[in-house]
Amino acid sequence: MAHMTPTPVLEPGQDRTMILNMGPQHPSTHGVLRVLLEIDGETVVRLMPDIGYLHTGIEKTCEAKFYQQVVPLTDRIDYLCPMTNNLCYVLAVEKLLGLEIPPKAQWLRVLLNELTRINSHLVWLGTHAMDIGALTVFLYCFREREEVLRMFEMVSGQRMMTSYFRVGGIALEPPLGFFDRVRDFAGYFPEKVDEYENLLTGNPIWGMRTKGVARITAEDALALGASGPTLRGSGVDFDLRRDMPYSSYDKFQFKVPVSQEGDVFARYICRVQELRESIGIVRQALDGMPEGPIKADAPQVVLPDREKMKTQMESLIYHFKIITEGFAVPAGEVYQAVESPRGEMGYYVVSDGTAKPYRVHMRAACLANLQTLPTMCEGRLLADVVAAIGSIDIVLGEIDR
Amino acid sequence: MTWAPAVTDLEQLKNHPAVARLLAWNSAAVQEAKFDRDEMTIYLERSAIREACALLKEDPPCPFNFLSDITCVDWLPSEPRFEVIYHLLSIPKKERVRLKVRLESVSPVIESVTSVWPGANYFEREVYDLFGVRFAGHPYLRRILMPEDWEGYPLRKDYPVEGYR
Repeated sequence: MAHMTPTPVLEPGQDRTMILNMGPQHPSTHGVLRVLLEIDGETVVRLMPDIGYLHTGIEKTCEAKFYQQVVPLTDRIDYLCPMTNNLCYVLAVEKLLGLEIPPKAQWLRVLLNELTRINSHLVWLGTHAMDIGALTVFLYCFREREEVLRMFEMVSGQRMMTSYFRVGGIALEPPLGFFDRVRDFAGYFPEKVDEYENLLTGNPIWGMRTKGVARITAEDALALGASGPTLRGSGVDFDLRRDMPYSSYDKFQFKVPVSQEGDVFARYICRVQELRESIGIVRQALDGMPEGPIKADAPQVVLPDREKMKTQMESLIYHFKIITEGFAVPAGEVYQAVESPRGEMGYYVVSDGTAKPYRVHMRAACLANLQTLPTMCEGRLLADVVAAIGSIDIVLGEIDR
Repeated sequence: MTWAPAVTDLEQLKNHPAVARLLAWNSAAVQEAKFDRDEMTIYLERSAIREACALLKEDPPCPFNFLSDITCVDWLPSEPRFEVIYHLLSIPKKERVRLKVRLESVSPVIESVTSVWPGANYFEREVYDLFGVRFAGHPYLRRILMPEDWEGYPLRKDYPVEGYR
């Protein structure tokens, strides 16, 4: 392609350094990240990430869709945590509309979001360990991830691109047997986390590859906009679920794991602890699941039940209107942030009073987290770059949108 | 639940920590403020943005020490056409504020805040890439998502959704 000029340009600074190109087709870059490295022997002098290979213009596409048609697009941003994206978007639109969501829908959203976090962290743990050379962990993680994906398939019909949340609630009641299956999973999952930890936490080789590697201080991480486990691994105790709760997270008890060291191992420990906390939240959501409707009482926004459509003229009219013309959202703007597995995911939605969003902007946690990579790697060994990339848990789909 | 009407009277809003701090610093820099749907928006003079950010970042009672996001909205055909939007978060006080600067359509330029938050680097590059708003003082203002020799700014409203073919 003619427009594929090699950017960004990195000129060698001194005579003794050379430029090394890593990616975009490199197995340890978790997608299509290209990293330009200026190296002096084995030491990284400068590092420059080059992104944009997965840019699909989702923000532009959103402007041409009705509000409810944007939900499936949000899955495709971060394909490891589709439900978190769904949640963030629908919360933003619900805030614009001023909709009240019934408790059962909120609890279900929390339950599914924590399963999503487990799914995402399992993929991260497996691939991160594989990058560093511990191949077995990958197979263990994907064993449990498969079960989570099957549960997603059960509720939404899709393993990855779930699109299960709707503005005003949840698409459908979960099928019979879903809660039993989740309870079963929540029962045995902590033992599986012990298994992963047995393979890694006390492993001396894992320790040598991760402890003291790719350090970042809390000040640097904050200044560079890092969030999520990347920030908590440096000792900043901040989690949006606890500190600025949304979707009834304030009714759940959980700890926010924080490590002080700021190295690859600290971020690893944070995420593994989060796996345990998440399954605790899932259990609380199962135990306290309220009864009641799963959709808000707002006929002009929420699609009517299939049964009602066949018997009530009004429901049929609402259905026809929502499908053909969408629903108008009062003019205004909203920034809604949620704690995704990678950090602060934010949706900034601007409405001009019509049925299509005037602007949808996604604050990608990974985009900001990626900016910490040069600080982590410069002055360190080339082999540590792979460990550092894995430890900030990037998803290129979210970075490039 | 319906939202109360937006409050736009500066007098009523001056108890908010960010509004109070900015008014005490330079009341001419604050054009207007709006409290809508539980969110605070402050419109600033274009020339004041970098200093205002530095001030809010170091404000002892409520330090807005985390830059969540920078983005832009194109209000074609109205003038001023662009709104550059900064979302700040105070981690100690768990408070958010949104700063906005309006820019004319002819050569939109604004001062970069990378000297206050190095993390603004990619966000500003993205706004430059997709809207064509330039950030004076940015260390590496080049396209970030689109190819280097791309023509046009895709998120502008006069750019077709399916692109030029």
